[in-house]
Amino acid sequence: MAVLVHDYLPVVVFIGVATVIGLALLVSPFLLAYQNPDPEKLSAYECGFNAFDDARMKFDVRFYLVAILFIIFDLEVAFLFPWAIVFGELGSFGFWSMMVFLGVLTIGFIYEWKKGALEWD
Amino acid sequence: MTVPAFFFYLFSAVAVASAFMVIAGRNPVHSVLWLILTFVNAAGLFLLIGAEFLAMILVVVYVGAVAVLFLFVVMMLDVDFAELREGFLQYLPIGALVGLVFLVELVLVVGTWAVGPGIASAIKAPIPNASQVTNTEAIGRVLYTTYVHYFQIAGLVLLVAMIGAIVLTLHHRVNVKRQNISSQNARTRDTAIEVVKVKTGEGI
Repeated sequence: MAVLVHDYLPVVVFIGVATVIGLALLVSPFLLAYQNPDPEKLSAYECGFNAFDDARMKFDVRFYLVAILFIIFDLEVAFLFPWAIVFGELGSFGFWSMMVFLGVLTIGFIYEWKKGALEWD
Repeated sequence: MTVPAFFFYLFSAVAVASAFMVIAGRNPVHSVLWLILTFVNAAGLFLLIGAEFLAMILVVVYVGAVAVLFLFVVMMLDVDFAELREGFLQYLPIGALVGLVFLVELVLVVGTWAVGPGIASAIKAPIPNASQVTNTEAIGRVLYTTYVHYFQIAGLVLLVAMIGAIVLTLHHRVNVKRQNISSQNARTRDTAIEVVKVKTGEGI
């Protein structure tokens, strides 16, 4: 356990440095910058007219499809890592079980390609 | 206090606090950001028990992909904050009812839970010592052979998710002109150009 924590010391140092720099950049404008707010300065700049509506728009549902397809192939690759590490001792059964897994997902990939889910329009 | 214990309390305290902020936050986008912090701290807890592979997969899959998906969903909701505050009291009775049902279920599950007598002997693969095998290797040894059914079912679940997402969300617009590279390249001078002799004053 102590060995494991020792292995991750550089990561802890990295996160510490990143936190300190991030907080410094966040806090220093409040301390250093000259502030003299008035309503006109703080209002949204819209070339002279008032803003029509909220800046938050509905996303197109196709972004969602791209994200889901990404997650699925992300998980497929995640399953490959332990398989690759123990590849030498798995034997033919382990090899073919992964091939069947990849084959099932390749069927999905072909379906996706033929349906045109990878094209934007 | 030892160093692992310090990190355990740090990760678990931040995880619980940020999980509380997920449900306490008014803005759904802020809730998703707190959820990401919860995931990262859960990954830290996985690291502390020696499950390095699960920790990294948690960061890659949940922080990298699932949280982005949640952000898309939240942004697709078209959030109106004034409307959200109006409806809060209206949903309170049914929310309280659902919460009560969950509480009763949890109490029943935790109160009557007991470790089965045959569990220790039923574990097919004993947990290897962390100093001899890495976590990833230990998973790889059993996942593809001993637990091959679960592995293949996971593949089928991913296939169903892929097909379901395509069936639900994919709708092509009609009359969109797409590039067809093979037919473009197959065009020759003969198929593309036609020479027509037109008599003066008659047209084609």
